[in-house]
Amino acid sequence: MRTLTYAQAIREAHALLLENDPRVFLIGQGLRSPWYAGGSLEGLDSEFGPERVMDSPVSENATTGAAVGAAIAGMRPIVFHPRMDFMLLALDPIINQAANWSYMFAGQVSVPLVIRAVVNRGGEQGAQHAQAMQALFMHLPGLKVVMPSTPHDAKGLLIAAVADGNPVLYIDDRWLYDEVGPVAEEMYTVPIGTAAVRKEGADVTIVATSYMAVEAMKAVAVLAERGIDAEMIDLRSIKPWDHELIFDSVRKTGRLVISDAAWKTAGVAAEIAASVSTELFDALKAPIQRVTLPDAPAPVSAALERAYYITAGDIVTAAERAVGV
Amino acid sequence: MGSEQTEGARQLLLQTYRSMRRIRRFEERTADLIEAGEIKTPCHLYIGQEAIAAGVCAALGRDDYIWGGHRSHGHYLAKGGGLAAMMAELYGKATGCSGGRGGSMHLVAPEVGLLGTVPLVAATIPLAVGAALASKLRNDGRVSVSFFGDGATEEGHFHESLNLAALYRLPVIFVCENNFYSSHLHLLERRAEDNIVESGRAHGVPAARLDGNDALAVHQATAEAVARARRGDGPTLLECRTYRWRGHVGPAWDMDVGVRRKDELKEWQSRDPVAQGRQRLLDGGYPEAELEQTDRGIEEEIEQAVEFARTSPYPDEASLLDFVYASGTGGP
Repeated sequence: MRTLTYAQAIREAHALLLENDPRVFLIGQGLRSPWYAGGSLEGLDSEFGPERVMDSPVSENATTGAAVGAAIAGMRPIVFHPRMDFMLLALDPIINQAANWSYMFAGQVSVPLVIRAVVNRGGEQGAQHAQAMQALFMHLPGLKVVMPSTPHDAKGLLIAAVADGNPVLYIDDRWLYDEVGPVAEEMYTVPIGTAAVRKEGADVTIVATSYMAVEAMKAVAVLAERGIDAEMIDLRSIKPWDHELIFDSVRKTGRLVISDAAWKTAGVAAEIAASVSTELFDALKAPIQRVTLPDAPAPVSAALERAYYITAGDIVTAAERAVGV
Repeated sequence: MGSEQTEGARQLLLQTYRSMRRIRRFEERTADLIEAGEIKTPCHLYIGQEAIAAGVCAALGRDDYIWGGHRSHGHYLAKGGGLAAMMAELYGKATGCSGGRGGSMHLVAPEVGLLGTVPLVAATIPLAVGAALASKLRNDGRVSVSFFGDGATEEGHFHESLNLAALYRLPVIFVCENNFYSSHLHLLERRAEDNIVESGRAHGVPAARLDGNDALAVHQATAEAVARARRGDGPTLLECRTYRWRGHVGPAWDMDVGVRRKDELKEWQSRDPVAQGRQRLLDGGYPEAELEQTDRGIEEEIEQAVEFARTSPYPDEASLLDFVYASGTGGP
């Protein structure tokens, strides 16, 4: 099958959506600029025109609110936040409005909106250019949250998010943009709420989100050399998340490592750990391990960044602890 | 106008009078029902400001969109939302316009273009801009109206939205109902100058300051703004100066701001928008007996609505988690 990079797959999903559905439009900052969007939106403005690819003023609140309003009025907007940190200026339209709208009005009006946020970590950028806040949004009823890690899922989840009919936060990570993988040329969806087993195994289950899924596959290879047969699950969808697939895996292995490149306290890993320990207490052979960022803002100095970010090595260590090596 | 009144002008007078009177009596009845302990959801009453909702909505079509805030009973009624469904919503009943999930501060009537009202100050201003963007992209000729108070002009939402609407020439009308108080705090305690209307100019949005107690003046200005929007010439800001007679929330008269407000209230009550509308009809030779019949019809409608609300069922407990997510494709 044809291969694309992650960024190209996102671009292709946008192009197909714009081509096939007149209700779809893009609004946000930096749509025309590779500085903001990498190759993920390249050339869309010239292909589909500035009316539908609106590189906007520096107004996160109004552009996101306008996307919410247009969605309520029947459009299928995608609002783009090139750095998730800056999206925090739009929390009122996202949380107070989009997430609550369907419930407040008993489902008579809803918000078929995609909010795309990019995590752009590393590179000595510091605390306000690096935050991955999926847990904050996972907390909120009415929102869905997805984090694809492969080019195939990047395309399929974006198309699914637009089709969903609810506000969906689509988070992609710049560290994944050059990942290469097979991507079908047609329109297809990856169902929101489904995780994917990337490698089957018997000894320990590793659940990973976004770019930690890439790190986890490296960890699986190292573990195999050391005689540990790990099962690797790419979570893909943060909310709703695939309880069944993870529970089935933990029933089989009895051990669980969860890796999410965000803060530990009240995070995605904490939520999954709590659910698994409630539902599968008797199946667990060892304490659940969390591999996350420390509870601290991102530093600048490369020396500190190396200590801050987590890698395959941290997953290997956690998996070995789980199996009691 | 006197005897020169044309049929069209008389129809407009009658329409806006009926609309204002309906709002006034709905709100007065609601105030009584709050005091009687029957309605418990916090209600921000629209009494004194009726000419704005009535005047604006008389210039709109059924398909045009409106968006509101915490004080939106009047907007809902003026746009054509069902009176009994709103009363039932105030009672938290399953038959309410928001199925008992919204209450006074979350009203909706998508069948007549009211896509939602919410109490977060200024929150629906960018949403109204978005609906106007939808109209522009679809080229469907719809206009979107955002109702908000003077306090909302202090939020970033307002300024960002005016800029966006002007930049993209969107068919949106920003209706600021300046009643001079944000909750308890007077306008001049919140801004250096009484100059909301100038925000329009700063953002490239044509703006006008109006007597918000004069339904015909509001209608006229809105009709011009609607025509501009439908021509593709972009947004308008209307500052409608008015006064709310009751407190910020609930039925009391001036519980928030104390004695000083009583003199102001007296002055504004002498310019009662509903009485003004009635007098214009009488001055134009409209028979008083027919007005009384209109008024009686409104009383009957309201009493039937109270009865409907009282006798309607509460939402089923089993439905608690319904509608957290939309089931299908979404959108009206």
